[in-house]
Amino acid sequence: MPYNPALVAPMRAEMTRMGARELTSAAEVDAAIGDQKGSMLIFVNSVCGCAAGNARPALAMALQHSVVPQQVVTVFAGQDLDAVARARQYFGEYQPSSPSIALLRDGEVVHFVHRHQIEGRSPQAVAADLTSAFDRFFGAAVE
Amino acid sequence: MSGHVFHPGHAELHGITVVVETDGPVTYVGRYDSEDEQGVHMLDVGVHDGSAGGSSKDEYVRKSAKFGIKTSHKHLVVPADQVARITRLAEMAP
Repeated sequence: MPYNPALVAPMRAEMTRMGARELTSAAEVDAAIGDQKGSMLIFVNSVCGCAAGNARPALAMALQHSVVPQQVVTVFAGQDLDAVARARQYFGEYQPSSPSIALLRDGEVVHFVHRHQIEGRSPQAVAADLTSAFDRFFGAAVE
Repeated sequence: MSGHVFHPGHAELHGITVVVETDGPVTYVGRYDSEDEQGVHMLDVGVHDGSAGGSSKDEYVRKSAKFGIKTSHKHLVVPADQVARITRLAEMAP
């Protein structure tokens, strides 16, 4: 059962403040990811503070980097159930976890950050991993 | 909401994805929830049984780290007397 919308509203706002576009239905996910060209980051948001409480600020830091994905979108696990289920269909063999972060290039997942790679780590450490991935997969050398 | 934890007062590993190794052929990978007289309570758990053939335990853990956990149990209790070692999955990943 989804959490009270009032409880998760600040977590949604934290994402939109950093420029992420919320996808709240399967149709919105298909419109954003299907036939996607270029680079995209999909953030699977979560209420669990154990990991998501660090993942959101980590992403905000990473998005200040010189190389960033062209599009940043987010779905909310446990909230927007259809949107999350549809987004996960695009993740191929990567198993569901939340929070998690998928980097896509032309619709294909090129890098995936699971919950276990976020838990117990500082936002700075997670952000450093993300910016390294941005450079590797979205940098000028691969454009 | 950054840094907010919804589960204050829990064990250090609460909410952390761990590998629970046993003295036998079975290994569990999932989120550590708590521990009591019954054993270790885990959530969203995948199980590897080395006696069933197939991939090795190391390969199973490596794949779980890279692709995530293929869960077969929403909640599972590993009996305390079977637990040999608990390690964060992130520490076992290559």
